[in-house]
Amino acid sequence: MNSGLSSLADATSSDAALRRFLHGLPGVDQVGAEQRAAGLGTRSIKTSAKEYAIDLAIRMVDLTTLEGMDTPGKVRALSAKAMRPDPADQTCPHTAAVCVYPDMVGFARETLGSSGVNIAAVATAFPSGRAALDIKLADVQDAVEAGADEIDMVIDRGAFLSGRYLEVFEEIVAVRAACGDAHLKVIFETGELQTYDNVRRVSWLAMMAGAHFIKTSTGKVQPAATLPVTLVMLEAVRDYRDVTGQMVGVKPAGGIRTSKDAIKYLVMVNEVAGPDWLSPDWFRFGASTLLNDLLMQRTKMKTGRYSGPDYFTLD
Amino acid sequence: MTESEMTETRIDVRKTYKLYIGGDFPRSESGRTFIVNDSSGKFLANMSQASRKDARDAVQKARGAFGGWSGRTAYNRAQILYRVAEVMEGRRDQFEAELRQAEGLTAAKAKTYVSAAIDRWVWYAGWSDKIAQVTGGANPVAGPYFNHSAPEPSGVIAIVAPKGPLLGLVSVLAPVIATGNTCVVVASEAHPVPAITLAEVMATSDLPGGVVNLLTGSAAEIAPWLASHMDVNGIDLTGITDPDRARDLEASAADNLKRVRRPRPEDLLATPDLTRMTTFLETKTVWHPMGI
Repeated sequence: MNSGLSSLADATSSDAALRRFLHGLPGVDQVGAEQRAAGLGTRSIKTSAKEYAIDLAIRMVDLTTLEGMDTPGKVRALSAKAMRPDPADQTCPHTAAVCVYPDMVGFARETLGSSGVNIAAVATAFPSGRAALDIKLADVQDAVEAGADEIDMVIDRGAFLSGRYLEVFEEIVAVRAACGDAHLKVIFETGELQTYDNVRRVSWLAMMAGAHFIKTSTGKVQPAATLPVTLVMLEAVRDYRDVTGQMVGVKPAGGIRTSKDAIKYLVMVNEVAGPDWLSPDWFRFGASTLLNDLLMQRTKMKTGRYSGPDYFTLD
Repeated sequence: MTESEMTETRIDVRKTYKLYIGGDFPRSESGRTFIVNDSSGKFLANMSQASRKDARDAVQKARGAFGGWSGRTAYNRAQILYRVAEVMEGRRDQFEAELRQAEGLTAAKAKTYVSAAIDRWVWYAGWSDKIAQVTGGANPVAGPYFNHSAPEPSGVIAIVAPKGPLLGLVSVLAPVIATGNTCVVVASEAHPVPAITLAEVMATSDLPGGVVNLLTGSAAEIAPWLASHMDVNGIDLTGITDPDRARDLEASAADNLKRVRRPRPEDLLATPDLTRMTTFLETKTVWHPMGI
């Protein structure tokens, strides 16, 4: 393992070494990855296993609102919902976090206080990431000072795609330093990375740069999170732990709308990365509409009758 | 190859009868089928046997279609209902043949029922843009207000269709959608073939997908899930013949205050009254201040 660690340190010593390392990673078998993801999606999860999966998925949700039209009122309502997703049921767990723009962090904090629901802020010129480094760092500092527990940064996809890996690496290192105690999630925007090989490379690059979480997408680009992309990322965090002993979390975001989808992801987490990752500390869903579907399914399992969207808040 | 040889070698094109959900014809999610026999007890067709999850999907589609359908002008809904009658008229030979197979009717009777079913569409199409004038209106009030009431559709209606495979189905279906509701129909278990043919007619009559969703299978299995479904706003129990079961369904429908139409004896061939429409309408009353 020590030799693994030192070789990782060597890999980041220069642009050429990093390129050699990333391009030396084994390629992803595209057909194989898609087939494996589809196969895992056919597992049948019923009754008590389903109840467990739904509660776990609720605990993993980063309840997200990232719109230009966000208002303090909407963020307060979202925060209240994150703390008590189903007001009619005391046993319903709270979500992992709310995810907002940096200027909304203060309003979320007012409502959430010390409820245990974290506040994640998207920073570094989200969603495009097209700004100078000092502006990105100032964005991060703003969010941290306002009370964010987690920072979701976007990588510079332009730099990554044109092969300037060390630049991307150093930017993540700099943002990580600016985060202080806040956890850092690194968004790849896999919909713009073109190939699974690139997803594997960027996953390693971000983990070596110190990411606590690697996240698929901003939710602003289609396709957002998909099962095969998440599979490749889960393999990367598994392999990274084998080499370094350090665990990194995974967060698919965007496009996950139904409980059925969420459960497919959980099955994949268990089968690919392992049960250690089946915790809100190591796996999250970036979602907004997913929560209502989880709540409807939960209510269906408790009451034995189908529920409807009229009984849950719009958000 | 001679003509007779060609007839001998031709392979039958057998039809797969499927459900009608959201404008599509999917198989049952459960993969189950059941056998339908003709009036003499011989095999007629394999039908998809809908499960509770098909019912759930159908409700979702009906909910999705409600905004668009209820938002159309009543006049436009009437045109579409009339269009269904037109398309049915073009396929009346098929309907007559299916009724004779299913129920063993004589040719004359089959013709009577098909004609009555087509006329029923036209009758309700006519009511679509007239019901508001009959059941709503201006109310005299003591105050400087213009006060008027207007009927509005309830939402998603679940329907258990009665035995009459075509006229019975049209009689419960047309009034519900004429006023702007969308619906999930459990077709008659004994004679589902004409129901699916009617679905094919509706799918090609400009009726938006999801306005009518048709399930074939066991009403005893599916109806309780529809009755207790919190996103269903009304239920028509016409096809439930057992009074105990009707009572149980009405009880589970009470949870979200569904509008319920109880089963009652009726002559399908007679001209209907308006109650099939009014049961699934809600009256909205508006007080509008008048200038002095």
